[in-house]
Amino acid sequence: MLLSIVLFALGVGLISLLFLLNRQLEEKFQKNLAGIDLVIGAKGSPLQLILNSMYHVDAPTGNITIGEARAFLREGHPLIKTAVPLSVGDSYKTYRIIGTNHKILALYEAEIGSGKLWEADFEVTIGATLADVLGLKIGDEFHSSHGFVSDGMNEHSDSEPFKVVGILQATGSVIDQLILTNTASIWKVHSSHDMDRAAEQQDTVHTPQTGTILDHPEEEITSILIQFSKRNMQTLNMGRNINENTDMMAAMPAYEINRLYNMMGAGEKLLRMVAIVIVFVSGLSIFIALFDSLRDRKYELALMRVMGAFKSELFLLIILEGLILAVIGFLIGIFLSHIGMSVLSNYMEASYRYSFSGTTFLLEELYLLFGALVIGLLAALIPAIQASNTDISDTLTDS
Amino acid sequence: MLQTKDLQYSYDEKTVLSFPDITCQKGERWLLLGQSGSGKTTLLHLLGGLRTAEYGDVIVAGKSLKALSKSGMDRFRGQNIGIVFQQAHFIKALSVEENLMLAQKLAGQAISRERIKDLLSRLNVEHKLKSKPDALSIGEQQRVAIARALVNKPAVILADEPTSALDDKNCDEVIALLEQQAQQEEATLLIVTHDGRLKDKFSNTITLNS
Repeated sequence: MLLSIVLFALGVGLISLLFLLNRQLEEKFQKNLAGIDLVIGAKGSPLQLILNSMYHVDAPTGNITIGEARAFLREGHPLIKTAVPLSVGDSYKTYRIIGTNHKILALYEAEIGSGKLWEADFEVTIGATLADVLGLKIGDEFHSSHGFVSDGMNEHSDSEPFKVVGILQATGSVIDQLILTNTASIWKVHSSHDMDRAAEQQDTVHTPQTGTILDHPEEEITSILIQFSKRNMQTLNMGRNINENTDMMAAMPAYEINRLYNMMGAGEKLLRMVAIVIVFVSGLSIFIALFDSLRDRKYELALMRVMGAFKSELFLLIILEGLILAVIGFLIGIFLSHIGMSVLSNYMEASYRYSFSGTTFLLEELYLLFGALVIGLLAALIPAIQASNTDISDTLTDS
Repeated sequence: MLQTKDLQYSYDEKTVLSFPDITCQKGERWLLLGQSGSGKTTLLHLLGGLRTAEYGDVIVAGKSLKALSKSGMDRFRGQNIGIVFQQAHFIKALSVEENLMLAQKLAGQAISRERIKDLLSRLNVEHKLKSKPDALSIGEQQRVAIARALVNKPAVILADEPTSALDDKNCDEVIALLEQQAQQEEATLLIVTHDGRLKDKFSNTITLNS
């Protein structure tokens, strides 16, 4: 009996965990789509470009020069509502430092919580998670590291330190996990050994307006996030034009994320099948357990008939047992999956910049309860018929 | 109160059991003697409505058992026929009190803890009220079984070899308790047995021949 409940709980827990994971991942992905229609970056894997520029996982595909991207960065492009340049590649304690402009805030509907937005070079505004997890405060200073690991080996210790000037309000999107500064600061960190050039930049690149980075066609950025002013055939063709006629690559987030879902979908499907098999096996084991227990309780059942119980009452008794077993299994399973989700959440937050919640409950879990009840009912059906057909006289004589 | 007419039952075509007609009046105490294989347990099951006779009829408290529907038979049995078996069996997971409450509930009667307490104290097992049946001695189990047979104030009490597992002292006690309680409840008592020790204790005796 215990084994059947454990099996049942395992199956239910696995299915529920898949539901939760799927839903929360999808929500995170949707939220972080942030209305971005196109991402332009260096040629490579379009999915990698999306993951890197929008979800801030995986490495950049490479860099593009301001000169190449000029057409998309300058104001007044007829099809583009917003273009946000990103310079990705440095981090502080694994949190990514992004060189960009203030327009990025509007994409994620982020607002300043305390302090101010970055203005001068080496000023940074940090996401809410950083303040929570790293305990960074306004006025703190730090050196960035090259790459996304924090081994201290690649620290840009020779450059000017970054200084926290503001903290954003929490949004639940990826921006919570970012350190934002201007594009020029990233350039300076990487060319600080070239003091002459740095000094030169200090004069020209003082305000981080899009207009000013256009003055440095030879400098590089990682990618550009683009929001179209409207969607039509022209905007649809824009990506293809970039891919065919330039050294840059354009990727559509919605398309790439769908591709990613499909890729993950196969694995998820397999896991779900495994879970369903477990649930069925556990249903079978409930059936066997009930059937087996009937042999021990045959006399008790006959006794109940002697005391006046109807056949139908014995039938209901066994059905109820099946249902109770299923509900107990279901509750344990749901409990396990939500605990699992909380544990996973801590792990995911550390390695993928995504936080999940163990306390979110889904409508699917209600369906799962119905499914569990149906399985409990089916498992108990034959034993219940058997129980109700117990021949009182024979059973009593046999003992 | 308890009456049979031309009762016949067959397990297969070769062995047909025919039973003598029985007529027991209200409050009478009867002993039904028979060797093993004489069909006395079959007769008891027929009287208790646990089996249905092929020929003939059983009349309990003025009702023909044949005329009752299947579920009607179940309730009727629960309310009007108390049965004490050779070995006392209970629902193991339930306490003595809960077993008796279940008997009331399954018979469709109101649950009365007072009635249960009263019965158990008359049978000197009141202190086992909250015990599990397995924790009781054989003698105590048989007393609780008697209490269960009586709990719904049945018209007829049937006892199947109630003494065969007991020593002389317990045998005398159980028979005395059965007679005494049946009398107090004004129930007709029929004991089915092959136990020779009981022969002299009853004036009304039927002997089954195999």
